[in-house]
Amino acid sequence: MALLTDLLNLNLSDHTDKIIAEYIWIGGSGMDIRSKARTLPGPVTDPSKLPKWNYDGSSTGQAPGEDSEVILYPQAIFKDPFRRGNNILVMCDCYTPAGDPIPTNKRYNAAKIFSHPDVAAEVPWYGIEQEYTLLQKDVKWPLGWPLGGYPGPQGPYYCSAGADKSFGRDIVDSHYKACLYAGINISGINGEVMPGQWEFQVGPAVGISAGDELWVARYILERITEIAGVVLSFDPKPIEGDWNGAGAHTNYSTKSMRDDGGYEVIKKAIEKLGLRHKEHIAAYGEGNERRLTGRHETADINTFLWGVANRGASIRVGRDTEKNGKGYFEDRRPASNMDPYVVTSMIAETTILWKPT
Amino acid sequence: MSLLQDLINLNLSESTEKIIVEYIWIGGSGMDIRSKARTLSGPVTDPSQLPKWNYDGSSTGQAPGQDSEVILYPQAIFKDPFRRGNNILVMCDCYTPAGEPIPTNKRYKAAEIFSHPKVVAEEPWYGIEQEYTLLQKDVKWPLGWPVGGFPGPQGPYYCAAGADKAFGRDIVDSHYKACLYAGINISGINGEVMPGQWEFQVGPSVGIAAGDQLWVARYILERITEIAGVVLSFDPKPIPGDWNGAGAHTNYSTKSMRSDGGFEVIKAAIEKLKLKHKEHIAAYGEGNERRLTGRHETADINTFSWGVANRGASVRVGRETEKNGKGYFEDRRPASNMDPYVVTSMIADTTILWKP
Repeated sequence: MALLTDLLNLNLSDHTDKIIAEYIWIGGSGMDIRSKARTLPGPVTDPSKLPKWNYDGSSTGQAPGEDSEVILYPQAIFKDPFRRGNNILVMCDCYTPAGDPIPTNKRYNAAKIFSHPDVAAEVPWYGIEQEYTLLQKDVKWPLGWPLGGYPGPQGPYYCSAGADKSFGRDIVDSHYKACLYAGINISGINGEVMPGQWEFQVGPAVGISAGDELWVARYILERITEIAGVVLSFDPKPIEGDWNGAGAHTNYSTKSMRDDGGYEVIKKAIEKLGLRHKEHIAAYGEGNERRLTGRHETADINTFLWGVANRGASIRVGRDTEKNGKGYFEDRRPASNMDPYVVTSMIAETTILWKPT
Repeated sequence: MSLLQDLINLNLSESTEKIIVEYIWIGGSGMDIRSKARTLSGPVTDPSQLPKWNYDGSSTGQAPGQDSEVILYPQAIFKDPFRRGNNILVMCDCYTPAGEPIPTNKRYKAAEIFSHPKVVAEEPWYGIEQEYTLLQKDVKWPLGWPVGGFPGPQGPYYCAAGADKAFGRDIVDSHYKACLYAGINISGINGEVMPGQWEFQVGPSVGIAAGDQLWVARYILERITEIAGVVLSFDPKPIPGDWNGAGAHTNYSTKSMRSDGGFEVIKAAIEKLKLKHKEHIAAYGEGNERRLTGRHETADINTFSWGVANRGASVRVGRETEKNGKGYFEDRRPASNMDPYVVTSMIADTTILWKP
């Protein structure tokens, strides 16, 4: 296949000014990532200079066949790690031809919350820990697990190396570099407790960009697993029983929390989150009840609990934050299949804008 | 195989002025693309400077054995993405030794229509959306489908990524870059609704160039699938049942349609297409009746309908065009195996020259 690689790796900048832009959007299920590419006459670095586009919404469950156009508004640009050169990835959100966000467009509402002056003034930072599971193609059984059976119990796998302990590192490491190349603020990776499960972290990212960056990081991961012939799963509890689930712990701070005296601000924010536990849980991912059992480093889904250094709590505050009297906290409730636009904006809204009655 | 790759990738410009020219033509079935190469003494950028050539028409169903020479007239040059350097691809059409276009030469008549002064004045633009299906070699079953079975139903595959949803992206992406390198006006790609099916778009191209560019893009795709060990199909309904067919939707506009008041010109053009629906359908690809059923985002083959943003219509007008009062429209009827010379020139002929 050598000639195919030569073509895939052609550096077009030597022959033309034209670039390829891959427009990415979220489909009708809220978790299916879709994309298609178009040629543009020259390099572009500012999303406002990219043309709007459209796609067939009747093929993604987002529009009827007789009126199928859904409009794509470009929102954030990243470098394309697959095509390289001046080619780009563009994160978009979806609108009707009349200019209204379609129902599955969660970015629109999040952007409104993040542009509220009270929220903007607090410069909310997010660090999202995205866990995911790799599955063998066709059988959809975790990578590295024996077909028709199970590996040895959890214990040896977390952060380990070795052919009998770590499955799929090529995917994880190429994803890490690809994201850094793309301009995504990927801050780390680690092998997880369940074999075949991994985690990467994106952040600190401010406001709406946390969601943009996480979605594009997920897209890049889906493209890489496609190349590797492995299936990507964001299911929050892929294997029942004594196996960890997959979450998207969301670390959060505001300007006030990062300043002196911030620890009091943090405690108040956590109070407010406690009062809206049910509303947040409803928006923190489908199937989360299979994961938040109170075991496997989670808090039970019906309980709101916080503590310093407590991984069995809903919210965990780090020892450094307690010691310094300022810092950030970790909401451990979101599932791996959460929508980061929804979760990040909801945390900001509850802790900054919402007033308990 | 690294020694072989070294040889394939040799940059000859360092050792000689000579170039290799791949002459491409359409064979006797109207869909089989043929080619052969010759050495020329130096770089050429203008087709009129290329020599005419000939081939054995009795081997392609285009001439009898006792009088088998078919003459190749070079018409359009593109850079060769496989040999690179100064090497080129040349799109040709076919003539008898006496200088007459042979029956399967559809380009000749198209070029006549496109040089008619009325058509030239209207500067017809085309954007062709070429759909195609990738098949596993030997079994001829779509790529990514389990042999002896079917994948899960359509829904997850359109524009998707993932090892369980997208099959053959390497082919699609290398084709995209190869075409841009060659100088083809490829404007985009996307994964299609049926798994293993893809689409690329060529355009906007003016007049006869649309056909030249699409044929060479098809040739490049056939060469790339050959490398990948995958079979290329332009069948309009490769799998019967609840699976989308493959089309070659042809987007079209004239100068009048692109100028203010163009929407009225568009509507008048669509009316004329409606009056000649049967004639167009007959020329829009073999086997199209298996595809145009009224389901799977098509209009029934016997019905002519048009609508704004309506993917179940024969002709679709985009919302932008309606809103701006000018623009272009999309003829959704052509099948993936249509001849772009025939379709593009027929649309121009009917909408610009023909009077009901």
